[in-house]
Amino acid sequence: MEKGQWAAKFKINAYAWLLLLPSLIFLILFTFYPVIKTLIFSFYQADLSTPEPLFNGIDNYRRMLGDEVFWKVLKNNLWITLGTVPTSMALALMMALYANKLLRVKSLIRTAFFYPTVIPMIAIANIWLFIYTPEYGALSHFLHWFGLEHLNWLGNQELVTWAMIIMIIWKEAGYFMIFYLAGLQNISQELYESASLDGAKSWTVFSRITFPLLMPTTLFVMVIAVTNSFKLVDHLVIMTQGGPDNASNLLLYYIYQTAFSFWDQGMASALTVVMVLILVVIAAFQFLFLDKKIHYN
Amino acid sequence: MQRRVENIAMFGLACLWTFPLIWAFWTAFRPREMATSWELTPDFTLNNFVHVWNGAPFAQYYLNTLIIVTGILAVQLVTATLAAYVFAKVRFWGRDILFILFLVQIIVPADVLLFPNYNVLGDLSLLDTKLGIMMPYFASALGIFLLRQTFKTFPSELEEAARMEGCSWWQMLWKIYVPLARPTYIAFGLVSVSYHWNNFMWPLIVTNSVENRPLTVGLAIFATSFETGAQWAEVSAATVMVILPLLLAFLLFQRQFLNSFIHSGIK
Repeated sequence: MEKGQWAAKFKINAYAWLLLLPSLIFLILFTFYPVIKTLIFSFYQADLSTPEPLFNGIDNYRRMLGDEVFWKVLKNNLWITLGTVPTSMALALMMALYANKLLRVKSLIRTAFFYPTVIPMIAIANIWLFIYTPEYGALSHFLHWFGLEHLNWLGNQELVTWAMIIMIIWKEAGYFMIFYLAGLQNISQELYESASLDGAKSWTVFSRITFPLLMPTTLFVMVIAVTNSFKLVDHLVIMTQGGPDNASNLLLYYIYQTAFSFWDQGMASALTVVMVLILVVIAAFQFLFLDKKIHYN
Repeated sequence: MQRRVENIAMFGLACLWTFPLIWAFWTAFRPREMATSWELTPDFTLNNFVHVWNGAPFAQYYLNTLIIVTGILAVQLVTATLAAYVFAKVRFWGRDILFILFLVQIIVPADVLLFPNYNVLGDLSLLDTKLGIMMPYFASALGIFLLRQTFKTFPSELEEAARMEGCSWWQMLWKIYVPLARPTYIAFGLVSVSYHWNNFMWPLIVTNSVENRPLTVGLAIFATSFETGAQWAEVSAATVMVILPLLLAFLLFQRQFLNSFIHSGIK
């Protein structure tokens, strides 16, 4: 009897692992193995002058910390995060509150805000490149109507960050809106009814009911927004190649440059480790401070 | 009064949001020499599209993107269904640890592992192949989580009844679970297709030939082959060609898309 139970148990386990195997193979091959390999490789010198990788301890990291471009890129990433996340979330909430209320034009408004989500970043970069082009671009035309000088948005170190921030807000706000729309659906209508019976003003309703009850959504969207802002890269290939003088460069694009333009593989690995660490820290924040049950179970 | 201000503000915002798209379409249909002018003349042409179609192998790019997107989705559906079923319904040794390990893919997606995955692909001698573009995405933690959630809601009586009828586990999976989970499959499918239709950086690094390049990479090469501003009309036409299929699908199946992307938030 006991032997039969063991056999049955073994069989179930074998089945389970067999069915997981296809997923597991690809997961190992393209997630775990590369992460571990990168970690190891980040302690090696592997560039054009070293045909065989050479162990050099924490040399890559030491070099990275002394690398001005690395700090600049991190700073840019932080500015992009600070510049895009709060604004696009506030806009997303506004859009959702509005689109949730008005029934007839609702879907049109929603479409207008959401469509950038289904367009490739590379196409967006093409279009916005034309918007930002000095003299002929759309922005120059607008500024001209108001009698303002046209500016070289993408060629100026100060302006390029703003140009990127505006574009990314445009791209992301509609995506965040749908989470707020879903969040709004979950707020009970009765709350609003009793609030209106009490004669509460719309601002009071928002600050006392809507906003607090949307807090889980807000935190959740914030995590997605911050994560997304660190994964930005595509638009740089078309728009600026990170320039002028790395003013618009971002971590992922710097990894790409280091690996495939400078062929400094040890450094590219060290930078990738930093990237992974950033994502893990954001995820850890999510697990520690947000109710994971809402989203994973 | 307040309502009025609100309406005007949001209408303005919506106009602002649609402007880039409308402008791209407008420019795409303008004669080349008028592309940068803002005069409203009734001159429209399809020439830009003809030039783009003949000047660069966009037909091949379309085909490549179609193959890549459907290939990824097909494999993902199989691997995710199997894994999701096991995670949802089977108690086995190591389940919880394994589940957490799958989570890692959501935190550290293949997109940020560009350089190490390039090396993996090189070791497999799959650089510059369509299979190479697809492979890192064959296992999808997102798909597994979404399907697992759905499968978990199916009562175990369902499984017992099927057993009584003499169904094997895979018959049950195929005939009962998969049809019942259809909404989840559609939701995941839309996210997967849009994601891989739009994916750029990975195929850019991996591909090196017309035979394997997807639309996004083709578009980038086409756009950067001109001096800035020299060929706006044609670049706009190419851009429109790349975004149109997904955009149309989105406009037709809006509700479905919005629901799908809400699920995608899990990443």
